Parts: sequence; C-alpha cells; structure tokens
Amino acid sequence: MSFDNAYDAITGAGDDRHWAFGTGFDDPLAGVDRAVPADVSAVDLSTYCLMLADDALILSQRLTEWCSRAPELEEDVALANIALDLLGQARLLLTRAGEVEGAGRDEDALAYLRDEHEFRNVRLVELDCGPGPGGDFATTIARLLVFSSWRLAVFTQLAHSADPILAAIAAKGVKELAYHRDHAAQWTLRLAGGTEYSRERMVAGLDQVWPLVDELFHPHQVEKALPSVAVDPSTVRPEFDDVLAQVLTAADLPRPDTPPLSPVAGRAGRDGVHTESLGYLLAEMQHLARSLPGATW
Amino acid sequence: MTPRARPAREVAESVLDPELPVLTLADLGVLRDVTEHDGRVVVTITPTYSGCPALEEMRHDLRRRLAGAGYPDVEVRTVLSPPWTTDWITDAGRRALAEHGIAPPARIGPRPAGPVPLNLTPPPARVHCPRCGSAETVELSRFSATACKALRRCESCREPFEHVKEL
Repeated sequence: MSFDNAYDAITGAGDDRHWAFGTGFDDPLAGVDRAVPADVSAVDLSTYCLMLADDALILSQRLTEWCSRAPELEEDVALANIALDLLGQARLLLTRAGEVEGAGRDEDALAYLRDEHEFRNVRLVELDCGPGPGGDFATTIARLLVFSSWRLAVFTQLAHSADPILAAIAAKGVKELAYHRDHAAQWTLRLAGGTEYSRERMVAGLDQVWPLVDELFHPHQVEKALPSVAVDPSTVRPEFDDVLAQVLTAADLPRPDTPPLSPVAGRAGRDGVHTESLGYLLAEMQHLARSLPGATW
Repeated sequence: MTPRARPAREVAESVLDPELPVLTLADLGVLRDVTEHDGRVVVTITPTYSGCPALEEMRHDLRRRLAGAGYPDVEVRTVLSPPWTTDWITDAGRRALAEHGIAPPARIGPRPAGPVPLNLTPPPARVHCPRCGSAETVELSRFSATACKALRRCESCREPFEHVKEL
C-alpha cells in the first residue's frame, strides 16, 4: 500500500465511502441476531439501552472537548481513545435502543434529534469539568475514576444479562473500561502525590464530582422492571466503594464528603431531568446535524 | 464475470487490517467464519474494540476484494460474542508485528470470573524491544495512535516503539 500523498490515502480513488470522512457509517450491529428475549418489555428494554448509551455518549463528548487541550500530548491521545471506546459502546447501545423501540429511529436520530429532557444519562457525565472556564483536568480525572469504576462494576454483571446483545456489548466493554479505570486511578495517584498544588486540585476535583455519586446507585423503575436483563445499580455499590477506597488509600486522600445533589421533585438524569450544562453540550454536539439535516461529508 | 481462481475463504483471509496493514484479518483473529453457497458468500467478523472505526473499512474491503475475485454476492455479518481478545492474534501475526517494529501482545488467557482487579501501578516491563530485543522497556503512554496500541521506549537502544496491548 503506497500513496503519493496523505489525501490519496483517505480518498482512495474508486472507493465510494471512507470512514475517515465521518459519515456513511454502517449499522454497527449489522448481521447480529436481534430478537428481543421472550417476556421482556420492548419499551423498557429500549429505555434501558438508551440510559446506558446516553451515559457513554455524553461522557464521550465531554472527553472529546479535551482534544488538543490536554496537559500533555500522550494524555490528549489517551482521553481521545477513551472517548472513542465510549462512543463505540454508545453506537451499539443506541442502535439496539432504536431497533427494539421499533419506530425507525437509528443511532443518528437518537444522538442528534432528541431534546435535553429525552436524554437518560446520569447527571455525572454532563458536568462541565473543562477544558473551558471553571474546568480542571483533575476534576476530569476524578469524574473518569468514579464513572469507569461504576460502569465497570455494572458491565461485569451485565455480561450475564438475559438480553444476548446487551450481554455481548457489556462483555466487550468490561475490557475497555478496565483500562479507563486504571488510567484514571494512576493519574489520581500521580496528582495526589505530586506537588502540594496538584494535590489540592485533586482533592477539589473529587469534592466537585462527589455530589453526583449517589445518583449512580439509585435503581430506576425501568431497571427494576427488567430483573433478568438489567443490573440493579444498588448492588454494585460495595464493589465501587472498595475500588475507591483502594485508590484513595494508596493516594492518601480523604474520602470526599460533599453532600449529594438532590433530585428535582424525585426526578434526576435517568428521568430526563438534567443540570444546566447538558443543554450547552447538546447545542454543540447536535448543531451540524440539525442545521443541515441529512448532511454527509 | 471474473473467474473464481481462489476459494472465498482464502480471499477473505488475505484482506489486510486497515489500521495494522502488516496483518491479515486471519492473522488478527477477527474472521470468524466464511461460507459459500451457490456463489453467495457469508463472512462473519468480530470487532476488536467497540469504537474501532476500522470495522467499517474491513466490511468494505471484504466486499471489494471478494467482488474482485468473482464473488459479487457477499454478506458481512458481525458477531459480538464471545468478545475478541488479543490472544486470537496468530503466531504468524505476532511475527509480522515484531518484524515491523510493533511489539506483539502477551498471551493473557481467559479473564477470571468476578470483579476486575484494580491496577494502581503501570504493568511491569515484560515487553521486549522489537528492534534490539532488550527487556528493559518502559511504558510512555497506555494509549497511542490507535486504541489497540500503547507507546513504549526501549531503555537500551532508546528507540520508541508501539506495543499491541493485551485485551
């Protein structure tokens, strides 16, 4: 394989489509057996897939914001790779959500054409921790540590789900999330054990994300309605606490005790009730697809 | 109609991985099955990482190469389970990686059941430099140009190199 210049390599004369351009993706579940297991509510299964998809999609978008702005080149690449893994998980889950719903919505329709109140992600992932004003790399690491520890514990159980597609997505995701969690844990140690200043910022980062931790473990009615398919998140709290304790002890950091951010009239991210920052994130993420419907490039 | 000089399986096996073009899809271990019935070919592949953009390219290359070999009717199916592991990279694939300056992954075996243990320190240096063979290598970054590779440096010859990390 040789090309005179880099553009020839990605345009590949005679080829009708190339992933390097960004559109024209195939259905990520092409050829997978998609039957919904017997005795499972399609509405609930679709909503559950959407919850797990939105967590990954929104955090992927947040991590992508660091692209070209991370503290060092290697970290820039690392955050982009983690974002790519999460985007991959989101695509599979959105596709599953759309086809189980049966209303003809594909991954793009679900990612780009839903409004804020239709997003089912936990509020932790929408938190704006930079690189813009008020944000901080240490907070991004604190959030990644919390998120990947939680999701890894959930996916470890989800790999035994009665829905074969969710089980397969989870089994694959476990290996990726283990790398994400280790990466965040190693950075936590490095920042906590660095200078007095880096340690201060790590402590502040954990304090900032901690109010959004409790919400991760509240089972939603959809999760309760799918006992053999969904994971009850309250059951992974001990594993999460154990992992966080290991990291905090090794880093000689105090366990944060900032109080939880309350739901609004009993409703939080899983019900489509979000913090202010999600709207701004969606405005940027959805802008192109909504301004130029059906655009390809 | 192009004459079919080669069996469909052989054609599919020889398609190159778009991101590691020193490996064929067979070397990489992503090709699960190739069947041919009345001229219709069904190829089954599995993704490496959930977000690996190369999967789309693999489907496209498989269709194009098979069409060129006289098999215009091709369906490419995806299976997600069991998940791909770097243990499926063949011995020939591992040699090809090393010959091109990329350290192959170690064999890790099946993952034990239960919670995944936390690794608070980077993995020990058990990756040999693909250039000089030294075992004195350090990890520079767990992630590099693609999700599947880490970046390392040899402490003996001082050259940086990529390592297909274990998954």
